[in-house]
Amino acid sequence: MKNRLKVLRAERDLTQAQLADLLNVSRQTINAIEKGKFDPSLPLAFKAARLFGLTIEDIFEDEPPE
Amino acid sequence: MTSPESSNTNWKQRNNLNTKRLAKWTAAWVLSLALATFGDKFIWQQSELITAIAIGINFLIGIVMIMVNKQHLTDLDELQQKIQLNAMALSLGIGLIVGISYSTLDTTGLISSHAEISHLIIVMALTYMIGIIFGNRQYQ
Repeated sequence: MKNRLKVLRAERDLTQAQLADLLNVSRQTINAIEKGKFDPSLPLAFKAARLFGLTIEDIFEDEPPE
Repeated sequence: MTSPESSNTNWKQRNNLNTKRLAKWTAAWVLSLALATFGDKFIWQQSELITAIAIGINFLIGIVMIMVNKQHLTDLDELQQKIQLNAMALSLGIGLIVGISYSTLDTTGLISSHAEISHLIIVMALTYMIGIIFGNRQYQ
């Protein structure tokens, strides 16, 4: 799943650690999500969306199977 | 945007506290196991009653250790839980397969020594540690 987390974080001048703090997860989790290695749960995706004042679809984009 | 200070500090503190509690109870369990195993021979000179009490205490500490471990796992974040789950699945699977094969080697007489449960625990512990290391690398 693609996401804009890194861009949104950079726009708000946040480090991975600061975003992790805001979302109550580890920095490792933020890094893994940004790199597309880990897809967050729905509650975490909602939390991120609320934090940035966006919808989940604004942050995460499904990649249809080829 | 809310301040990150309060909620995540609590989350981090809780995780640190859980890890320390787990380490303490694991150490207590290992020490009580050593006491139950060797106390009979070296401390209370083969008193069955004291040995039974020592084993009972070891068992009870083991139960507390399981509960503390459960709390530790529950409070981890979702990626950390996934890494733990994968490592435990690997450890359980390998433990089952190796354990059955090892036991069969013993019962069929293909190995001269008896199959010891401690060997299986070593295999499971090593597999779990390898699973944790690979899991963390995978999500770096």
